[in-house]
Amino acid sequence: MTVVMEKPERTGAEEPAAPARSVRRVGRPVLVAAILAGWLVLFAVLRGRQTLSLAAADLTDLHRWFNDVNDSIGANRDSNPLFLYFFNEIRLVIDTLVTFVQELISQPSADRPLPQIGWLGVVGIAGYVSWAVGNWRVALLAVAGFTFLGLQGLWQESMDTLALTLSAVLVALLFAIPLGVWAGLSDRVNRIVTPFLDFMQTMPTFVYLAPLTLFFLIGGASATIATVIYAAPPAIRITAHAIRSVPETTVEAAESLGATRRQALLKVLLPMSKRTVVMGVNQSIMAALAMVTIAALIDAPGLGKTVVQALQSLDVGTAFNAGLSIVVLAIVLDRVTTAASVREETARRSKGRFRTWRRPLLGAGAVIAVVLAYLSHTYVWAAEFPGEGSVGSSVASAADTTTTWVQDNLSGLTNAVRDALTNGLLNPFQSLLTDSPWWLVGAVLIALGTVLGGRRAGVTTAVCVGLLVGTGLWSDAMTTLASTLVATVLVMLFGVVVGVWMGRSALVDRLIRPTLDAAQVMPPFVYLVPFLALFGATRFTAIVAAVVYAAPVAIKIIADGVRNVPATTVEAATAAGCNTWQLITKVQLPMARGALTLATNQGLIYVLSMVVVGGLVGAGALGYDVVAGFSQGQLYGKGLAAGLAIVLLGVMFDRITQAAARRAGA
Amino acid sequence: MTPTQAEVPQRHGTPRDSDSTPVISVRNLWKVFGPKAERVPDSEELCGLTRRELMDRTGCTAAVRDVHFDVSPGEVFVVMGLSGSGKSTLVRCLTRLIEPTAGEIVFEGEDIRDADPARLRDLRRRKFSMVFQHFGLLPHRQVVDNVGFGLEIRGMSRAERTRRAQEVVELVGLAGYENSYPDQLSGGMQQRVGLARALAGDPDVLFFDEPFSALDPLIRRDMQNEVIRLHHEVGKTMVFITHDLSEALKLGDRILIMRDGKMVQCGTGDELVGAPADDYVREFVKDVPRGDVLTLRWIMRAPEDGDALDGPELGPDVVVREATRVVLAADTPVKVVENGTLLGIVGDEEILAVVAGREGDV
Repeated sequence: MTVVMEKPERTGAEEPAAPARSVRRVGRPVLVAAILAGWLVLFAVLRGRQTLSLAAADLTDLHRWFNDVNDSIGANRDSNPLFLYFFNEIRLVIDTLVTFVQELISQPSADRPLPQIGWLGVVGIAGYVSWAVGNWRVALLAVAGFTFLGLQGLWQESMDTLALTLSAVLVALLFAIPLGVWAGLSDRVNRIVTPFLDFMQTMPTFVYLAPLTLFFLIGGASATIATVIYAAPPAIRITAHAIRSVPETTVEAAESLGATRRQALLKVLLPMSKRTVVMGVNQSIMAALAMVTIAALIDAPGLGKTVVQALQSLDVGTAFNAGLSIVVLAIVLDRVTTAASVREETARRSKGRFRTWRRPLLGAGAVIAVVLAYLSHTYVWAAEFPGEGSVGSSVASAADTTTTWVQDNLSGLTNAVRDALTNGLLNPFQSLLTDSPWWLVGAVLIALGTVLGGRRAGVTTAVCVGLLVGTGLWSDAMTTLASTLVATVLVMLFGVVVGVWMGRSALVDRLIRPTLDAAQVMPPFVYLVPFLALFGATRFTAIVAAVVYAAPVAIKIIADGVRNVPATTVEAATAAGCNTWQLITKVQLPMARGALTLATNQGLIYVLSMVVVGGLVGAGALGYDVVAGFSQGQLYGKGLAAGLAIVLLGVMFDRITQAAARRAGA
Repeated sequence: MTPTQAEVPQRHGTPRDSDSTPVISVRNLWKVFGPKAERVPDSEELCGLTRRELMDRTGCTAAVRDVHFDVSPGEVFVVMGLSGSGKSTLVRCLTRLIEPTAGEIVFEGEDIRDADPARLRDLRRRKFSMVFQHFGLLPHRQVVDNVGFGLEIRGMSRAERTRRAQEVVELVGLAGYENSYPDQLSGGMQQRVGLARALAGDPDVLFFDEPFSALDPLIRRDMQNEVIRLHHEVGKTMVFITHDLSEALKLGDRILIMRDGKMVQCGTGDELVGAPADDYVREFVKDVPRGDVLTLRWIMRAPEDGDALDGPELGPDVVVREATRVVLAADTPVKVVENGTLLGIVGDEEILAVVAGREGDV
């Protein structure tokens, strides 16, 4: 947050009058300090009054009303025409699709004790497809990765996750690519779609689940639909971007040769954006995987469920083993789709012999894959993964041993870190937020929003604060807010240190970037597991996981910002005699101000989604409310309200930091 | 030793036939960008405003204002102007890549503005083609498929268009690169592909939109020579947009100078240099080596009493630079004769005024 408070340069245009301009230019950091000081003073006086706290089992009218809505929907699900002919139909179609894919690779089908295609067939097909769309290296990776899943003893769970992911991505792309092409072609569609996509992408995975269960019941269908909704935006956005970035001259050239709109689309726009669209598919798959694991909370089958159950019983070994499977799956899917997007280029370069052989080789590969699939369909040895998953149990027990060892030997250290941060930073801040009267915190938030983001951000903040109070979960929201802000400060600290280091040194960048890229494709879920082992089930675990989850994106944005400072400016500063420290603090960081604000924005959004997931491991507050809502009927309404509160927090963070970024950027 | 009229080459290789009907005839062409653009050309008051005033009054930008010209068959017609003068918009209006706001564009007797989309596509497929500044090639296709792209759009069979594309690839000097991808070629070669693509459909008119501006000077010169060569070989009518005066003078039979969307002057190169319409054009042509552009017609004087009229004869369209040696070598002034009529005489003094500059000139 410190970053946003830096005094941005004047960008003009937005401010109406010149006098106001000069006042604000002088005043912004001072104003922020004044607001914070005033808050502290009032806090000391008014502590503990009008805090709007609500006990875990207490409900407000709104929550009870949500419960009633849920009950009435439940009662009328099979009579209300809207449900009968719309929601239920959708659920049926999705269910049929998911069941079909599941029976193909993961679940026993009607007359068979095993799925249609056993492990050997799946591994064979995975290897073949990876090779066909990518290259032989990713094919090897896919074969090794999938085999490892079997060795872990989690074959069926992995295949469930894969089945859900693939069906959801299939449905998502069916909508997303045409919509993306449309948005790429038409400015009007783009203008309409963009705010929706922005909004959808700011929301933590979590909040999609609650409202969907209202319409589609708890279970696989809801999970898939949530995944579809979550996986579509990146594909839409990237497809539209791909179409839009085809050079205008090329389109014009096609037009000048008399191409029809259809010809221009099929022969110019689509082929030229193919590569980028495949990257969109990659993003879509990664988003789907993240969502499918989280959707375990609403009873989606697969690896996520194993992790959730293990987390709830604090069984670190099992959670670690299943988490590892998710990581392996994520790596395989990411590498294969990334390889697919670059294949076009490399294949073009490799001339001659290999190309003439490619077709027959592809044919031969297909035959082998079909034979393997047939074997796995017919013989039990090829259908059921052999062995007892001994690798899995040794992974689990190794993780357990490590945890025990850490707890025995390092607990002094980890507890010291935890307690220091909890007592030194988190608790005071949290009590400042939760023990102040609600109107005081609200006023402070609105004032800060206005000062940092401008009047419109202030209005948005005011609306969000009002609605937050309305959800009846003010106190929980403030707890989540405290964790989020503390984690974001830590993220920005990391981000600036590592980002500046990477931005200044190409070598460091080359070394660190692959790790960051890999870290970014992981579903947020799996970050909880190792930190649960280290820090136990506390708020702090969620915060550390959030920092680790959000740091890569912040680091990358800051590194790019520092790298984009024009070389001539750096040269000029060096020529003027700046030392390294001066160069960083006086030239590179100020010039990367836009990137810093953007990093704060992304950091906040990522942190929020993780802090909320942390509700699973004792972080409490809004995340816990949502989870409890899924499992206990009488808390359903409260969970829904908590989901709403998360949305409001997300919108508030996003609007303020976006507005601040616009001011700082330009 | 004395060369005769016939031995001195004329500046322009193509004979200009002033009687033939124009291929393209543009009348009162307007292109206005902005809200309710169509009212601007209709209103006499708005037409009179400067660009800035129009922007302030109506929020519209007039990119092309009341332009008219004719392009004769086989002619290279150059439109020249600085950036923002509306020349690129003008050339796009001619094929309706940008929809004109008002005016007529008559191509072979047909007003293009009346063509429906199908007819317009047909014209683009068979009659016009265009070469772009940034090439506009398809990166995912090999050279031969880029060249054949227009033919493919027409629906020509694969074998036929490959054969035709191959011919054109050889014509523009790219033989051996048929199977390369555009990003494997240099800028000059990429533009040759663009040129080949434009030629492949055997159009009647070629439009060039600053085709060589993105190229290095040496390559640019090669490509200019290439265009001159192709013009000799295939004899197409060409409309050529450029911001480079020397390019305009080198290629153009006639040159239209534009400023702020309006036409300032239209004429041959020697007319622009010899009789600039206003200070803007004068400033433009100031640094042109006048001896390379002006012909004897521009510098001859009427014979006075005492001038010896027994010198060698030259035609009025001989460029000064090429007449210099003849004039300086002769003892008496050179007679400028057209169809047996004496138009004037040129002595050492006139030649030197052009070649070495008049006394007092900068």
